[in-house]
Amino acid sequence: MLKIKNLRVNLEDENKEILKGVDLTVEAGKVHAIMGPNGSGKSTLSYVLSGKDGYEVVGGSVSLNDEDILEMEPEERAAAGLFLAFQYPVEIPGVGNMTFLRTAVNAQRKARGDKEMSSTEFLKEVRERAKSLQIDAEMLKRPVNVGFSGGEKKRNEILQMAMLEPKMCILDETDSGLDVDAMKLVSEGVNSLRDAGRGFLVITHYQRLLDHIKPDVVHIMANGRIVKTGGPELALEVENNGYSEILAEVA
Amino acid sequence: MANFESVEVKEGVDQETVDAVREVGGAYKYGWETDIEMEYAPKGLNSDIVKLISDKNEEPEWMTDWRIKAFNRWEKIKEPKWSMVNYPEIDFQDQYYYARPKSMTEKPKSLDEVDPKLLATYEKLGIPLKEQMLLAGVEASDDIEQGERKVAVDAVFDSVSVGTTFQKELKSAGVIFCSISEAIREHPELVKKYLGSVVPVTDNYYATLNSAVFSDGSFVYIPPGVRCPMELSTYFRINAENTGQFERTLIIADKGSYVSYLEGCTAPKRDTAQLHAAVVEIIIEEDAEVKYSTVQNWYPGDEDGNGGIYNFVTKRADCRGDRSKVMWTQVETGSAVTWKYPSCILRGDDSQGEFYSIAITNNHQQADTGTKMVHLGKNTKSRIVSKGISAGFAQNTYRGLVSMHPKAKNSRNYTQCDSLLIGDKCGAHTVPYIEVKNNSSRVEHEATTSKVDDDQLFYCRQRGMDEEEAVALVVNGFCKDVLQALPMEFAMEAQQLVAISLEGSVG
Ligand SMILES: Nc1ncnc2c1ncn2[C@@H]1O[C@H](COP(=O)(O)OP(=O)(O)OP(=O)(O)O)[C@@H](O)[C@H]1O
Ligand SMILES: [Mg+2]
Repeated sequence: MLKIKNLRVNLEDENKEILKGVDLTVEAGKVHAIMGPNGSGKSTLSYVLSGKDGYEVVGGSVSLNDEDILEMEPEERAAAGLFLAFQYPVEIPGVGNMTFLRTAVNAQRKARGDKEMSSTEFLKEVRERAKSLQIDAEMLKRPVNVGFSGGEKKRNEILQMAMLEPKMCILDETDSGLDVDAMKLVSEGVNSLRDAGRGFLVITHYQRLLDHIKPDVVHIMANGRIVKTGGPELALEVENNGYSEILAEVA
Repeated sequence: MANFESVEVKEGVDQETVDAVREVGGAYKYGWETDIEMEYAPKGLNSDIVKLISDKNEEPEWMTDWRIKAFNRWEKIKEPKWSMVNYPEIDFQDQYYYARPKSMTEKPKSLDEVDPKLLATYEKLGIPLKEQMLLAGVEASDDIEQGERKVAVDAVFDSVSVGTTFQKELKSAGVIFCSISEAIREHPELVKKYLGSVVPVTDNYYATLNSAVFSDGSFVYIPPGVRCPMELSTYFRINAENTGQFERTLIIADKGSYVSYLEGCTAPKRDTAQLHAAVVEIIIEEDAEVKYSTVQNWYPGDEDGNGGIYNFVTKRADCRGDRSKVMWTQVETGSAVTWKYPSCILRGDDSQGEFYSIAITNNHQQADTGTKMVHLGKNTKSRIVSKGISAGFAQNTYRGLVSMHPKAKNSRNYTQCDSLLIGDKCGAHTVPYIEVKNNSSRVEHEATTSKVDDDQLFYCRQRGMDEEEAVALVVNGFCKDVLQALPMEFAMEAQQLVAISLEGSVG
């Protein structure tokens, strides 16, 4: 599904290397987790994959279902099935959450040459999905993320993901800021989307999330590289011992 | 689930925006011209031309005299230079002041007799002059409860009114809605009493010019206690080359009446600039209310700043009676240069004035626009919400006066003035003038300037919208407070316009 080969990325403004050769493959139907110290490049990787400005790819390649995505515009990557749940979701004043969602859903449908969703169909689906994430009608009406609590923003990201039905989902610290109950809701949301045709890349600092969303593979990222890859037990090791042992081991 | 229903409506509105962006592909949609035989007054301006215009309209002598007085004054005064706009000097002798389709020489008795070419022009503009239920140009979308809304239209083509719809139905409600030239002939007592009573002949350079040469426009009278049974609108079309359009609108809302009035305007693409200098006067008596909404979409000129309309307009409402109310809402997307300050004279006690504005300038457009709130009566209230958006090389100025006179005790003003910049070659300016001459009144002013945020755009694009859709969505969000003040049909059109007029502003 997602193949990242020796990806090297600099900041565009400064000549600073942030990703120093990332290799990672997420197969369809699998959940991969990335853990790693602050500043190791996890969010940067998610931004580069989704096409944000400000980064320069100096080497390597990324393909999504065998299609090179590095040359694509962000919206083309989105239409190809790439979704990023942001670490810090953006507020858009004056734009209703529903309006935003529907514009996004139909933009992707149009880009793929599919028929747009009718308003009845759309409403029905939003209501259902919102309900299971305990997002009420009031929140759907409010402007995108404006005045949302940290946890509400994260739930809103998952609602968008559910509506857009992407093939490759990247979740950047979706668990941070969630209370115990919200963590369960979000995890259930993610788990209900798990299927054979969909891949997940879950960035997190905590084992707690991985108790709910059971990963197939866990990667440790440090200083712009994947330094270790293992099974779910690797996350437990981090939880218990921190990174120092792992980092010493690979140094 | 009432909440969802209102959401649903907004949904449809935004979908229109998105579709408009996709379909129109950058061009000014109304830039074509109608090939029609015209009759012109000789080029240039002198007292004979003024008399000729008066003569063409079959006016009584008092009207001709009024015009001549205005003309004599105009000859002695100079163009104002205080606004923040630049344009080459206008040669007032090098243009036409009267242009009428030949087929309008004999005034058609009904719309059925109007030249099919003219009817086709309005049809193409999306304003069919049939007495139908919807404001034309707005296709019913599946989410919108269109209901049984009727909109009466007065269609002005260059210097003349082509026709006015629903006149009979309005008449049975006691409402007079006709062209101003017809009103001068048919209702001289009303015109004499009110014309120039809000914007005097001496008001300013362009108002004086307009008083001398206005050729047509709309007239509205709502009798006491009548709620106008439908929205009224005037659609202005400039078609002839090298011709100025000078229209005059006079609206009188008698005691306890209500009317919502809409105004739209477009013009063909031309390399040379054209002048449009209008005057709108509104008189609002005790307990009456007027809503005046404008979607101004005159040709803005090309990407390099050639051509376009110079839109120099004086609009003013006089809240004469106690508890009278006026609300101006404008969406200014067109014109090369805009110079316009729809104002409220809050004369009656407890009267209220509101001004909601979106001004979008792209490429080389310039806008200097705002309002004046003149508080004269006790307990008067005013509210100003201005959203200025600049892109390309454009300059956008908000200029507003709030004045509290000594007798305007316990009056309030609230001003919110926000500017949004797209790119770094454009400018936004805010010039508030505040005068408070009593100590029981309060004026609040808030202003912000921001840039379209890259993170917002990226967020939208990650969800699948292309860059222009993303900009349109973010800007429409920025304008929301004003868009909500528009009647539904206009809100849809306005959202599309916001999107279209910003095309090519990013990337
Ligand atoms: N636009 C930028 N300008 C300057 N430095 C940047 C920029 N973007 C990323 N960096 C730097 O790149 C490094 C990687 O940052 P990134 O946000 O990817 O880390 P992270 O692994 O997501 O950390 P965290 O766990 O704290 O979220 C950091 O040192 C950060 O300061
Ligand atoms: Mg991060």
